[in-house]
Amino acid sequence: MSSITTPNGFSVDNSGRRMVVDPVTRIEGHLRVEVNLDANNTIQNAVSSGTMWRGLEVILRGRDPRDAWAFTERICGVCTGVHALTSVRAVEDALGIKIPANANTIRNLMLATQWAQDHLIHFYHLHALDWVDVVSALKADPKATSALAQSISPWPNSSPGYFRDVQTRLKKFVESGQLGPFMNGYWGNAAYLLPPVANLMAVSHYLEALDFQREIIKIHTVFGGKNPHPNWLVGGMACAINLDGPLAAGAPVNIVQLNLVSSIVDRTIAFIDQVYIPDLKAIASFYKGWQYGQGLSGRNVLAYGEFPVHANDWSDGNLMMPRGAIVNGKISEVLPVDLRDPNQVQEFVDHSWYKYPNEAIGLHPWSGITDPDFRLGAKTVGTKTHIRQLDEAAKYSFIKAPRWRGHAMEVGPLSRFTVGYAKGMPEFKEPVDKLLKDLGLPFEALFTTLGRTAARGLEASWAAHAMRTFHDQLMANLRAGDLATASTAKWEPSTWPAEAKGVGQVEAPRGALGHWVHIKSGKIESYQAVVPTTWNGSPRDPAGNIGPFEAALLNTPLADGTQPLEILRTLHSFDPCLACSTHVMAPDGGELVRVQAL
Amino acid sequence: MPAETHTFYEVMRAQGTSRRSFLKFCSLTAAALGLEPFYAARIAEAMETKPRIPVLWMHGLECTCCSESFIRSGHPLAKDVILKMISLDYDDTLMASAGYQAEAILDEIPKKYPGQYILAVEGNPPLNEDGMFCIVGGRPFVNKLKEVASNAMAVIAWGACASWGCVQSARPNPTAATPIDKVITDKPIIKVPGCPPIAEVMTGVITYVVTFGRLPELDARGRPLMFYGQRIHDKCYRRPHFDAGQFVEAWDDQGAREGYCLYKMGCRGPTTYNACSTTRWNGGVSFPIQAGHGCIGCSEEYFWDNGPFYQRLSPIAAGFGVEATADEVGGAVAAVAGAGVVAHAAGSIVKHVYGKKRSGTNARSGPDEGDRP
Repeated sequence: MSSITTPNGFSVDNSGRRMVVDPVTRIEGHLRVEVNLDANNTIQNAVSSGTMWRGLEVILRGRDPRDAWAFTERICGVCTGVHALTSVRAVEDALGIKIPANANTIRNLMLATQWAQDHLIHFYHLHALDWVDVVSALKADPKATSALAQSISPWPNSSPGYFRDVQTRLKKFVESGQLGPFMNGYWGNAAYLLPPVANLMAVSHYLEALDFQREIIKIHTVFGGKNPHPNWLVGGMACAINLDGPLAAGAPVNIVQLNLVSSIVDRTIAFIDQVYIPDLKAIASFYKGWQYGQGLSGRNVLAYGEFPVHANDWSDGNLMMPRGAIVNGKISEVLPVDLRDPNQVQEFVDHSWYKYPNEAIGLHPWSGITDPDFRLGAKTVGTKTHIRQLDEAAKYSFIKAPRWRGHAMEVGPLSRFTVGYAKGMPEFKEPVDKLLKDLGLPFEALFTTLGRTAARGLEASWAAHAMRTFHDQLMANLRAGDLATASTAKWEPSTWPAEAKGVGQVEAPRGALGHWVHIKSGKIESYQAVVPTTWNGSPRDPAGNIGPFEAALLNTPLADGTQPLEILRTLHSFDPCLACSTHVMAPDGGELVRVQAL
Repeated sequence: MPAETHTFYEVMRAQGTSRRSFLKFCSLTAAALGLEPFYAARIAEAMETKPRIPVLWMHGLECTCCSESFIRSGHPLAKDVILKMISLDYDDTLMASAGYQAEAILDEIPKKYPGQYILAVEGNPPLNEDGMFCIVGGRPFVNKLKEVASNAMAVIAWGACASWGCVQSARPNPTAATPIDKVITDKPIIKVPGCPPIAEVMTGVITYVVTFGRLPELDARGRPLMFYGQRIHDKCYRRPHFDAGQFVEAWDDQGAREGYCLYKMGCRGPTTYNACSTTRWNGGVSFPIQAGHGCIGCSEEYFWDNGPFYQRLSPIAAGFGVEATADEVGGAVAAVAGAGVVAHAAGSIVKHVYGKKRSGTNARSGPDEGDRP
């Protein structure tokens, strides 16, 4: 090929200079990206390759479905807990288990906590260095930095002395000659647009956020015993509640723990609304002219919906975050999504390191096949164990290509907000409109790298306030005398049907996440996960549609053709999680999972 | 940017530690190491002339929960570890650079600091498919791992993945995910197991090495005794209920609400060596048993295959209540594991205390070393 137009409407040309970024850092897991640059260092072709594979789903075969949450939780330790929650929901769905109201509320609270904490860490520690030049912060006037900070937020750590102290420490750190994580960064690159004062403010908050994030997740510790990887339970939550009597102090949840949670909720709201959001707006104001990275956003987006108000009710009207799909940019029409429908979610592998008997078709996860096939294309440059350049005409990733009714789809905070906006829900529409108005940007500007990053911030704020709602709900239910946290009626396998199938869904911080389980004779017969980064990091499909990462990188100019700064910026706007996205393999290389629909 | 490298002392000073506090720190270090006061000056001299210890933190097959746990540390704060104690020169989760600018660091640091840097490993290498189930820079992770290890002073195996193999090595271990001590065989390795390890245990290990200039005492399986010397059950606040025969019989029953023992719900506390019941998690807020769920034994080898998690370990007869089986006392104290390994801070002056013969420890060969199920 030289130049072609993909069925999903992108012009791709691989004739220019190839640039390889491997590893892509500040993500979870292992990702490689290759791009072709034209004479102006503008990206004309992009190839996204997941380069790790662990085989979690095959390891689950034959195990107790009540244990599956713990295995799947270890798919990812960054968005910790989300796979566990998806798993218990899938098993409960299969076995017809209803959970108590408190368990639903506690799960909602834990998930909202995860969103708030994960988005905060992503913004400051995984993404900020794409926008913030640390070295430039050394040139800032602390007084002017203080004036800037105080003009945008009431956050108390904002005196000239505070910023001077941070700057002095940073200066000494840089002068030590040991730059640690800042070594070989792209400092001074022309794509960095913030003035020194904004850089110093952001670096200060990078450090503050690193300190604060560990507070937020203590909510997981109260209800799940630890973080990362809190404990969950099929049928509810194991954290029994005791508010009275001589042994309450030794109970998992008592008034002291509930007060701790409440205090953390308040502090989380304050930090996100007074530090994260003002920083986001300040940074965006300097980058609003950098309008790249649209990709599939605003065109093909998918959300499963989240936060059931009442337990065990997955109908659209009961979900605080909406469910739906938008295709071909028709924002006016939100299509219904059904994870059980064999014609909706399907995975393809003709460009993935797996094989199907017929790779022209996609398979629904309940009838999925995962059979490894690590083969490099004829035009690969290098050897099997030293790949210099991938051949995207062949198989090139451990990520499968999921499609919704045949469409490559973007998932994540921006997709969720887009669906909410399209449905006219004020809690999503109003903050988006306000942000755009404050920045003086048109609606279309939402569908960019910057918009993706901004939506994540707005969602962090939404989540922090939702945490307050959930804590209040929990307290109200306890006040009404309901202490129940777990349903045990169907705990014993003897109460289960001989065979059952279930699906669990969660909106993870990074987007729509689904687990499909098939239980037979009390054991897991098959297990499939289709995760956010499988959607966003998807390779090409048989029709030639490119995935969201690949589409978003196109047409972006690099300020310096030797430095991948803008590539990282757009990739990070998706918050990639590779350990999540890569699939299973067979123990002996043979065919692995083939399940006929019941 | 200056190429000059500043010393540990200079960095401490720059970060606000006074000269007086620094000298006091050196005296305490000497005392803690059992050295004569004379050595305080030698430690101070060493710290005044040595750079912060470079740490290269590599990721194999993993889920990044170890990194996430590390940044949860409350004392010391992860920020202070990174800015003051070590020089975290490579960590693909946090580092600014990517691609070849990142990979260059893995070449440069071992050349610049041969035998003087710590390799920290999160995750493990898969060996099937010529190692290509984990590819970094177009090459098998295992190759890069071995290269970087070859010049390291010591290796830290973070978490269950690097230490034992963890979830991807659970039956049938489709990628042949392999603990790092099977591929790095000529370096001292500190295993810090857990899925993940407790944050303060992770920073505690680093602080110990940097401060005392030696590896902590390890048990026969390479774990720091100070954190993995006792079973969770030994110090569990619910232990009196176990001894009294008061058990949770079903989720959310009255016993669950009153904090009874979770043994019958499958708790692995009696066979799990870790500091959860003492150090607790996330600033001491709670730990799994306190939050009502049994321990799943995540710091033990093969814990994934010792399930189902909710199946109790064995029928309770007399109970193995009060130390029915005493811990075995093994002679294989960690001394052998890392003899001669000395961190930069105090330099070789503390070397002689490291390999000092110890007696009467509660090190053990480990009842949990048992057969793979």
